[in-house]
Amino acid sequence: MLRPAGDFDRSYQQDMAVLRQRWQYLLLGLGLLALFTLPYYASATTVSIVNRICIFIIAVQGLNILTGYTGQISLGQAAFMTVGGYISALLVGQAGWNFFFALPVAALGAGIIGLLFGLPSLRVKGFYLVMATLSAQFIIPWFTRNAYPSTLNGAQGLNVPVPAINLPVIAEQCFLGTSFNPELGQCVYRFATPGQFIYITLVILIFTTIVAHNISRSRLGRALVAIRDNDLAAELLGINLFAYKLRAFFLASVFAGLAGALLAHNLRHINSETVTLVDSILMLGMLVAGGLGASLGPILGTTLIVMLHELATELTPIVITYLPRTATGATAALRPLIFGLALMLFLIFEPRGLAHRWKLLKSAWRLRPFSH
Amino acid sequence: MNWQLLPQFAITGLLNGGPIALTALGLVLIFKSSEVFNFAHGQMLLLGAMVTWWLASESGANLPLWAAIVGALLFSMLLGLLIERLALRPMTGQPLLSIILMTLALSQALQGLAILIFGTTQRNFPVIFEVTNPYRLTVPFVTYNDNPIIVILRQNLVWSFVVAMASVALLWFFFQYTRIGLAMRATADDHETAQAVGIRTRQVFGLSWAIAGIIATASGILIATASGLDLSLPLVVLAAFPAVLLGGLESIPGAVIGGLIVGLAQGLVALPNNQFFLGPETAQMIRNSAEIVPYIILLIVLMIRPDGLFGRKRIERI
Repeated sequence: MLRPAGDFDRSYQQDMAVLRQRWQYLLLGLGLLALFTLPYYASATTVSIVNRICIFIIAVQGLNILTGYTGQISLGQAAFMTVGGYISALLVGQAGWNFFFALPVAALGAGIIGLLFGLPSLRVKGFYLVMATLSAQFIIPWFTRNAYPSTLNGAQGLNVPVPAINLPVIAEQCFLGTSFNPELGQCVYRFATPGQFIYITLVILIFTTIVAHNISRSRLGRALVAIRDNDLAAELLGINLFAYKLRAFFLASVFAGLAGALLAHNLRHINSETVTLVDSILMLGMLVAGGLGASLGPILGTTLIVMLHELATELTPIVITYLPRTATGATAALRPLIFGLALMLFLIFEPRGLAHRWKLLKSAWRLRPFSH
Repeated sequence: MNWQLLPQFAITGLLNGGPIALTALGLVLIFKSSEVFNFAHGQMLLLGAMVTWWLASESGANLPLWAAIVGALLFSMLLGLLIERLALRPMTGQPLLSIILMTLALSQALQGLAILIFGTTQRNFPVIFEVTNPYRLTVPFVTYNDNPIIVILRQNLVWSFVVAMASVALLWFFFQYTRIGLAMRATADDHETAQAVGIRTRQVFGLSWAIAGIIATASGILIATASGLDLSLPLVVLAAFPAVLLGGLESIPGAVIGGLIVGLAQGLVALPNNQFFLGPETAQMIRNSAEIVPYIILLIVLMIRPDGLFGRKRIERI
């Protein structure tokens, strides 16, 4: 890490700190303030796009642990999101749980299913593991469509209730914008609009970002990176390959489960088509565009790819004027086209992603006016 | 079990396995020469079949059918060459993830391109093989409740199977007995040694992508004649991935046998009914499982024999 002259670490704490200087805290605080006040100054469309970006960042952070740090390529992330979404939908919608208790259970449930599909990583790696995770992408949606039709409601899927917090009535009044629900005899706050839901997403995103970043600099993260760089050498160093690979699968699926549950409650509906194989490919693309094995990667990459999707929507009317034959599916055509081309350009010209470019920019700024 | 339907479903499944085998062959061809697994193969199939439709249809170029097919094969050959030159050659020597992602990105880009040019509506694919008037076979020696068992074979299925198998034989002949085929096999075996004896490996890569493009279009046409042409065509190819792994990534006979086994398994799952131990719900579930059967086979193969039936055993050296 390049630093300007005179910038030393004077204590161990300072050496380990993620944010080293006051202006970094200030910037982070301002950024968070801007995000948390978003519903007050931005339009509902912007808020729901930001919401979607944040949800996908969570899933891509999980994929980053599995693919970026451990080097195990997975095409099953969307399937594990489906698992999380279904578990949360069942617990909240049919068992009547509170969303905030169902969320960790959904994450754990997705993690356990992820462990199951991580088992082949004991024997196979590389391309063969891609195929094993691809099979998750087929078997899990098929299961939701065909198994227990009375509970899972087949291909129709489930309607998911709005997350709500129940608060007791204090002095015969409801505070904090909650409204009185006579059936429960309690005050209820419902996260119904994107402007309200985004607070749940943001809090969980901050939590997962801290967890993901700290995994990367702990014993676990270093073991995972060792496995990625050379698995035989890692094994010789005493790293239990199988145990650590399974941990990576578990963590990736837990993150996917969180994201899936959030997405289901955000869209208020889940079925086998909510997130598909294409989303798994998209998430791998987001990861590569952002930068593999960098904490900043998922954030930058997801933002970029979702923005490209929005660009495709903006371009749709122009395409329809020139190619009237496509009128029915212009958005469906432009999204994969733009994503595919962007990802190809990234792979050829910037294979280390935006996070690497950002790092280069930072060190160039610090080293100015000398370039080396 | 509806035992009297067993021969019917088994033979239909096998016939459906023909185009799957041809598709799997296209994947094996590219993997053999350049160790790239082509996830964009499905979209190459789609584009090829759509170009054929456009060339043959009245709203398009309105060519006679044979000219349309030849035109589409030429187009897909160019497409294969273009893909190799623009997308895969810069990836030489890159890590596995980049190469896998490159073909995935290609698949998305080609999918978008296909929708952009041809729209989302279902197309009536030109009739190549007669659909009416199916063949009827009587199974010899076996009867069910004293009735002979008759197998009904749709003509288009039979002929697509025949064409698929003929193409496979043609390719096998090409690899076994022509000079270029020999050069391709040598390149597949060892890039550096092949270069040392004077084979232009770049040309060989380009050629194998061109041939893969032709195979993709051929199997696209065959599948479209059997099951119609719409945007779900690439999904059919997803059944060919397990076929490739089942047969072994480098093996041409393996691809064919894998394709046929996958087709057979997909046919056979339609068989169970609720009188046979299973409840009505379970039987229904198994009947609906044709789309995931290849992937269940895949998981079993990966756990028991990751290199497939005829694949080269991978030994890791430090």
